Amino acid sequence: MSKVRILVGTRKGAFILTSDGKRRKWDISGPHFGGWEIYHLKASPADPDRLYASQSNAWFGQIIQRSNDGGRSWEPVGNQFTYQGEPGNHLWYDGTPRPFEFKRIWDLEPSLTDPDTVYAGAEDAALFRTTDGGQTWQEMAGLRTHPSAPGWQPGAGGLCLHTLIFDSANPGRIFGAISAAGVFRSDDGGASWRPANHGLHSQQIPDPDAEVGHCVHRIAMHPARPEVLFMQKHWDVMRSDDGGASWREISGDLPSDFGFAIEVHAHEPDTVYVVPVKSDSEHYPPEGKLRVYRSRSGGDQWQALTNGLPQSNCYVNVLRGAMAVDGLDSCGVYFGTTGGQLFASADGGDRWSAIVHSLPAVLSVEVQTLR
Amino acid sequence: MIRVVLPAHLRKLARVDGEAVLEVEGRVTQGALLDALEARYPMLRGTVRDQVTKKRRPFVRFFACEQDLSHDPPDALLPAAVAAAAEPFMIVGAMAGG
Repeated sequence: MSKVRILVGTRKGAFILTSDGKRRKWDISGPHFGGWEIYHLKASPADPDRLYASQSNAWFGQIIQRSNDGGRSWEPVGNQFTYQGEPGNHLWYDGTPRPFEFKRIWDLEPSLTDPDTVYAGAEDAALFRTTDGGQTWQEMAGLRTHPSAPGWQPGAGGLCLHTLIFDSANPGRIFGAISAAGVFRSDDGGASWRPANHGLHSQQIPDPDAEVGHCVHRIAMHPARPEVLFMQKHWDVMRSDDGGASWREISGDLPSDFGFAIEVHAHEPDTVYVVPVKSDSEHYPPEGKLRVYRSRSGGDQWQALTNGLPQSNCYVNVLRGAMAVDGLDSCGVYFGTTGGQLFASADGGDRWSAIVHSLPAVLSVEVQTLR
Repeated sequence: MIRVVLPAHLRKLARVDGEAVLEVEGRVTQGALLDALEARYPMLRGTVRDQVTKKRRPFVRFFACEQDLSHDPPDALLPAAVAAAAEPFMIVGAMAGG
């Protein structure tokens, strides 16, 4: 019998929800690390009971936690994230230079094959890696020392490497997305990187078509079709058919092309989900109606999914890491809101219900399908 | 013996009930106390002070004997009452929202 495990990171702790394959009744454990911001939890694809969590707060900094038993127990592991050599400068919001300084880990991506190897995306934007299960972390400095880095500027959430995606068909290939620098691609396991933003257009930067400087909120890929990437940008929903070498807009008939989260159906590589919000300063759904939009054509044509979602007076946001899918035959789709609801659909988005209503603001959602 | 009061989050992280009790070799300075604390509880490394520069984290304060010792240099001797375990050394999270 299949099981589903949802790993939820919130502003005030982590929660783990489990259900059988029917996905009707959920057991909820937590808060784990109550009172701490949990930017991300993720399981190793090579060992589903090996979990990693990024725990931080303004007082006491960054902690990394590891579980070897699916989240029942945890142990703190190494938390020293030191930039290699001279950290160098990026641009501050006012356009003045400011040294790179470690703030927190946004994204923990365990290797596809080795439970002890994990890549970590940091704020200020940098890539770290452990090969000993989190005991020690080394910076892979090729990203932060890219020649464009002195011109990187933070987005509203900070200068963060928030998304890392591995390509299982090309083991050396990694995509990284930095707010607000854009997408970078490595073909040598993270040692060297090049920008992958051709086709992005952003009115908020001096050269709207610049090679670097775009506020990419999230990228997503279907593992069976790694050349195709989807992107929710600050404004615009985008698609690449050539591994990030070029992008085209697929916002089509969305009510707003601003948003944070984007995800791909587990079995249909051209079925994509976004949650539009009204604007860059109005981070809530248009008209107070929480609607997931689904495209079954890889973009351009979008269908509003509303069944079971609040359709009046709803002013929550869905953050960039807060949407995920499971791998069951009838694909489950999940997302968390800044209002603390965790919505789930067991039928690809046709019908939704709130598994839990009142968590702290949800920062990240990951889903494991356990067989 | 030195008594250290940790903030609740760090007590939980270090799995300490009540006060932490440390042995500090030689001169009882703030730096020596923090070295002993991190040696006894390695999971606290980086939570009170930077692991490389040893600089106190901005939202962490050090109090003892009703004095604010946060800005004392690391090699300053702690009050005799702390060294004699009559008073605890208090590591406090600043009142900074949350």
